[in-house]
Formats: sequence, structure tokens, C-alpha cells
Amino acid sequence: MVISSALIIWKGLICITGSESPVVVVLSGSMEPGFKRGDILFLYMNRDPIRAGQIVVFNDGRDVPIVHRVIEVHEQRDNKEADILTKGDANLYDDRMLYTSSNRWLQQKYIMGRAVGFLPYVGWLTIIMTDKPIIKYILLGALGLLVIISKE
Amino acid sequence: MHSFGYRLNGLLTFAVTILALMCAITSLSDNFNTPSPSAEIKIMNINWFQKQPQGHDEVSLTMNVSADLQSLFTWNTKQVFIFVAAEYETRKNSLNQVSLWDAIIPAKEHAKFWIHTSNKYRFVDQTGKMSADKIVLTGYSLPEEYR
Repeated sequence: MVISSALIIWKGLICITGSESPVVVVLSGSMEPGFKRGDILFLYMNRDPIRAGQIVVFNDGRDVPIVHRVIEVHEQRDNKEADILTKGDANLYDDRMLYTSSNRWLQQKYIMGRAVGFLPYVGWLTIIMTDKPIIKYILLGALGLLVIISKE
Repeated sequence: MHSFGYRLNGLLTFAVTILALMCAITSLSDNFNTPSPSAEIKIMNINWFQKQPQGHDEVSLTMNVSADLQSLFTWNTKQVFIFVAAEYETRKNSLNQVSLWDAIIPAKEHAKFWIHTSNKYRFVDQTGKMSADKIVLTGYSLPEEYR
């Protein structure tokens, strides 16, 4: 009952925000001082065009998505597709070296959402569980135990 | 009914509810504030307009940026990201935005400033070719702030 309601909320969030991953954890310090490692970001995606200054989350086929700011936009006249360049606020150089398969520009289709809200420190739980999987097992085990022994 | 577990549960739920309410009020209070920021950019000098080693045209400029953004800082403001971008259209692209300079303002005390700087990022077009008769400064828009 708890699990199904959690699933409903998660899928509902995906629908409302229009993004496949409506909540992401900031994993690196590349957006400091604004967003530190361990913060979580709420994303929202719509058909509004991407413009410079927006904070976007993109995944062009890598393990983890990257949260950086758009610094260059080149939008074509005929099909409204845009070539985008991003950079982390705390990085000296833009992300060109990071884009997969030696693309010089990021395509709009790789962008999963724009950051619209944030909560500090809440993401540390996810980071700890990823770095030390034993904590994940302990937590799941304890939760499972609680479900079994509670009387309601 | 009065065991430690129940009390702790009640206390934590109450604390989280109060925290969530405060966050919501902070966000809503932002609607009452009408920001009146002002900013001015003056291009002092075009330093060079040249070909880079790999053949792209590059422009370098020096500019004075002065701004008073104090009214943008509310309870709901985390930081203000300010940037200067060159926005222009070309034959192939209906819109190009190239960021030339940016800065992060973390607090209200730093929000009124004047800076004389050359562009932080290289101004090169996507196609590598640029030509201009004259450069006109038109309307600027200020970026959003994030909660």
C-alpha cells in the first residue's frame, strides 16, 4: 500500500513535470556556490525554447546526468532546433570536452529539464547509498523488518 | 499512546510540517515583491577583431557594467546570476546567444556594483565567421532567480 502510493506519486511527478527524471541529486561541486554536492533539484520541462542563463539537466548518453548552465544558444531559423553550449558555474571552461562522441554542441533533445526548485542536503542519502551499497541493504532490511513486526 | 516512539513520530511530523509551511510561505511571499532592478552596459572599446589560429573570427571587447540589483533579493532569493550575452541573428539561425561575461551575486550587499572588464568568454560565432558594420546596444533582459 505504501509502495504503490510511492510509485503513484513518482509517476505522477514524471507526468506533471514533463521530465523523465523530475528530481535529481547534485553530484559534483561544479555549480558552486549556488548548488553544492548533495542538494536535490526539482526539474520542469516544457516546450519553451532554451535560452542562455537557464540551468538545465542533460544526459547525452552518459552514466549520470549533468546539471549546468546554458551559456550559448544557436537556434536555427527553419526548424527551431538549437545547438547549445553549457558550463558549470564553478568551472573555468565550458562543457565541450564532456559531450559524448565528440559533439561540439549539445542538442536540445538531450535536455531533461530546467531546474525550478531546490532543497539542500537532502540528496546526501542517495549519495551515501550509492557510494556504500551496504548502507542501502541495511536500510532496506530495517524497513522490511519494521513492516513485518508492526501490528497495524 | 504515550510511548517514546509515538511521541518522537509526532514531533518529527510536526517539525517537518512546519518546515514545509515556512518554505511555502517564503515562495509565496515572493509574489508580493515587485523588483525594480537597473543595469547599464557601455562598451568602452573593441579590442580586436581577428582570426584565431584555427581560422575563426573572434571579437574582444572591454565594457563597463554597472547595476543596482538590490531589489531582487527577497527571502526567496538564493543567488542572482548575472550575465552579459551577445544576442544576434544570422542567415542560418534566427537567434544566437553567446555569453560574454557572468558573475554570481550571493547577497544583497554585493548587488550594487560597477565593473570594468573585458569579455570573460571568447566571442566566436558558431560558423566561425563574423562581420559587422556597427554594433548597436539594444534592450537587455535580466535573468531569473532560482529558489
